[in-house]
Amino acid sequence: MHSSIALSLSSPSTICRSDSSNANASNSLTPRSLRFCGLRREAFGFKSSLSTHRLESSNSMRRGFSNRIEASLAGNGAPSSKAFDYDLVIIGAGVGGHGAALHAVDKGLKTAIIEGDVVGGTCVNRGCVPSKALLAVSGRMRELQDEHHMKSFGLQVAAAGYDRQGVADHANNLASKIRSNLTNSMKALGVDILTGFGTILGPQKVKYGDTVITAKDIIIATGSVPMVPKGIEVDGKTVITSDHALKLEFVPQWIAIVGSGYIGLEFSDVYTALGSEVTFVEALDQLMPGFDPEIGKLAQRVLINPRKIDYHTGVFASKITPAKDGKPVTIELIDAKTKELKDTLEVDAALIATGRAPFTKGLGLENINVQTQRGFVPVDGRMRVIDASGELVPHLYCIGDANGKMMLAHAASAQGISVVEQVTGKDHVLNHLSIPAACFTHPEISMVGLTEPQAREKAEKEGFEIAIAKTSFKANTKALAENEGEGIAKLIYRPDNGEILGVHIFGMHAADLIHEASNAIAMGTRIQDIKYAVHAHPTLSEVIDELFKAAKVKANYSSPVAEPVAA
Amino acid sequence: MASLLRYKSPTPLSFSSTISSTISSPRSFSCSPRRYKLPSIQSKIREIFMPALSSTMTEGKIVSWVKSEGDLLSKGEPVVVVESDKADMDVETFYGGILAAIVVNEGETAPVGAPVAFLAETEDEIAEAKAKAKGQSPPNVAASPPPSPPPPAAATSGPRKIIATPYAKKLAKQHKVDINKVIGTGAFGRITPEDVEKAAGITPAPSKSIPAANVVAAPTLVAPQKASPTSFPEIPGSTVVPFTTMQAAVSKNMMESLSVPTFRVGYPVSTAALDALYDKVKPKGVTMTALLAKAAAMALAQHPVVNSTCKDGKSFTYNSSINIAVAVAINGGLITPVLQDADKLDLYLLSQRWKELVDKARAKQLQPHEYNSGTFTLSNLGMFGVDRFDAILPPGQGAIMAVGGSKPTVVTDAEGFFSVKNKMLVNVTADHRIIYGADLAAFLQTFSKIVENPESLTM
Repeated sequence: MHSSIALSLSSPSTICRSDSSNANASNSLTPRSLRFCGLRREAFGFKSSLSTHRLESSNSMRRGFSNRIEASLAGNGAPSSKAFDYDLVIIGAGVGGHGAALHAVDKGLKTAIIEGDVVGGTCVNRGCVPSKALLAVSGRMRELQDEHHMKSFGLQVAAAGYDRQGVADHANNLASKIRSNLTNSMKALGVDILTGFGTILGPQKVKYGDTVITAKDIIIATGSVPMVPKGIEVDGKTVITSDHALKLEFVPQWIAIVGSGYIGLEFSDVYTALGSEVTFVEALDQLMPGFDPEIGKLAQRVLINPRKIDYHTGVFASKITPAKDGKPVTIELIDAKTKELKDTLEVDAALIATGRAPFTKGLGLENINVQTQRGFVPVDGRMRVIDASGELVPHLYCIGDANGKMMLAHAASAQGISVVEQVTGKDHVLNHLSIPAACFTHPEISMVGLTEPQAREKAEKEGFEIAIAKTSFKANTKALAENEGEGIAKLIYRPDNGEILGVHIFGMHAADLIHEASNAIAMGTRIQDIKYAVHAHPTLSEVIDELFKAAKVKANYSSPVAEPVAA
Repeated sequence: MASLLRYKSPTPLSFSSTISSTISSPRSFSCSPRRYKLPSIQSKIREIFMPALSSTMTEGKIVSWVKSEGDLLSKGEPVVVVESDKADMDVETFYGGILAAIVVNEGETAPVGAPVAFLAETEDEIAEAKAKAKGQSPPNVAASPPPSPPPPAAATSGPRKIIATPYAKKLAKQHKVDINKVIGTGAFGRITPEDVEKAAGITPAPSKSIPAANVVAAPTLVAPQKASPTSFPEIPGSTVVPFTTMQAAVSKNMMESLSVPTFRVGYPVSTAALDALYDKVKPKGVTMTALLAKAAAMALAQHPVVNSTCKDGKSFTYNSSINIAVAVAINGGLITPVLQDADKLDLYLLSQRWKELVDKARAKQLQPHEYNSGTFTLSNLGMFGVDRFDAILPPGQGAIMAVGGSKPTVVTDAEGFFSVKNKMLVNVTADHRIIYGADLAAFLQTFSKIVENPESLTM
């Protein structure tokens, strides 16, 4: 997760800024369409270490650009009459591909989407969507089981129980519903859904099944699959990945979860609510390594310590054998540093949640001289694919998990929209630091931008000061009315100019609360401006309001940010 | 935020104690801050204890020392940041002095109540405090490994593999059970939470999670769930609901009570004065339960035989303290939280203690000694309008008092005048092997006098 944020930091996002604006100006496009979404030098602050690359890319950019403008002038509104079957072909109908397709149609492109499996991809079928169904159940179970919580409302509830199949059906029904919504929305807009496994044959040429089609631009959006480290035997029954776990075929009494990131944490919430005991196996020295340390610490106190969970940190699960012949699942743990065998666990099931690997095999990347890096398709800041010799591959883009920049569904969708903006003649660079992330535990965790250590490192390197503001849910009326006072919000900012560097929230509805901050980062809004925005009372959003108001920005700084956003 | 979490040590909760090298007077045990300013006390080395920052905290981790050795401290200054199971808190010193020696360093943990540092009053005493710290630290180090289970577990993992579930480990730590001595009865010889509870001597309260876990297990085992609604031959269609663990324990105790020869003595007690007192002290958080428990305890102090137990059928066992168990109905079960030393605590402390116990009982956090150390039981059904009832004597106790509701009753006085007075019927069940009719009658008379003249309860 955070490695991907770091990646986006080092990407050459400021390339050819002046170049493209010239091009735009000469084509008499209104400046309004020039959207540097949240692009600010302060946030990126790149040195010119990539200058050679910059030159190359700006050259190819110029080339690509003139073509593009022609195409968009000729092709807007009607199917292009040129040699191409489609203006845009997207390989992979996940959330990223769907977002790109919808926006492409909006921009008047003739669009097709190729899917070899089911529409919706990981998010809808094996990820965010069904897991939210399970978490909705776990949240209610938790509440109903918490007698103290109920009593404090004056409610009386008889023992809460559940029917496993019913819970599993809820998750499955939700996935099918969202899947059909997705399919219908694309069909209704006239996106051709082509069934088959998409392979790139050459520039602007794609094969699915036995059919070959041509497209002016191609987007790779093939996503990812659960990563299973070697030594681990997944049988789909007692040793499982998130793909199996979401079907909830059984609820083990004791499950080991390998990896304590988002996926592991969410599943620990589900399993403990359903009565399982959980053991975390984490390779790093602390649980929840991706989170801001302060948030992680608090989250551990609330989400781990009081629950039926224990953990082993600093160890790898070197060998996992599924249960068979009346023996339990065995997990060999080796020290992450010395590689010595440290312990052997015997549990009823093991969930492998060590991350996700890109799904890029069989894409035919060799046909266009593209070499994947650990399976990821290399791209530049504009999602343009880079080939083995470091050149940009014209008309080929890669978005979402397959490029590994930020493995989140909404990031994929945003990247897709950004690509469509570019191919329709408007330069657009997505600011990955403005993309929020959330973990749907009870309570939720959310974040946008930098963590405190990342911000401190950047501040030291670039010689500015940072400051921290914090507010507590304990002080929020709505949270207290809900008896959910546990939680904090944390703001990392520059006191000299009021720039928001990062916001981290742990507490009720944190995932919904983060957007005020992520939008502010995307729009470049400064604290001294946003603090005057009004929030309805009493709402949880006041936690964020308080946060902005608690920040101490040096008063005499006038904000220059207002103009570009004012459009 | 920080200010919200900041832990201000309330005055009655002193976590420093005084070690006086010259015990000049018995009063030097007093914690009153004024005391140590007297010149008669020569040298004072004080310990800073690991404070109990929450009711569930058994040990604390030192996050950081705000002060370092040699620093001059004044009363109320934060000295150390302690991480409990709930939060990080600044802990302030209760005494001024020089921080002479830190025994527990940053990152280390210590059980609640263990010294973490020593305070010297003057510079001359620093050496002495250091010596004390040294003297203290070996036993302290020796003492600290046993409460923390992991090291011994690691040591014994070679010969015998200990497999305990995460919750079992947590319970073992909470109840200070040595997990290495627990025999696992779960699948694959695992130590389950139930095994630990058994080892800790807890008859598990019907915690909500256990029925939930059963429901969890049932669908996976497919058939057994359907097995429960079996119908018995007598009345077709009836439903059998198995006892929860708590209900099973009640059942067992009730059967055991049949082996004790009991008898009952009733007594009407006028409650006008008690009601008046109750109205007065109610705003201060005093409950009727606390009033009755206090009255019973004071009466028991005068009649120790009623507070005794017959253990073997051959002797009296006189209990040194008066611990009043009070029966409480809790979700289909029955539990008896115990007010220990009810005769010694004042009414307000007793009420406060009772409130804590009830909260803990609801949260299923009662420790074994908090529900099985009773020497006399009080059961009150007056609030339901019950006028009289008799209680079954719990095993291990000499007597139980059943209190009915107070209601207006027509009475005649010595001159034959009628009047209406509030009276409640108190009925005591006792073990006749040790407590005879006259004992009980005398006890009830004393009890009645205390209730009818309740001023003494508030003293």
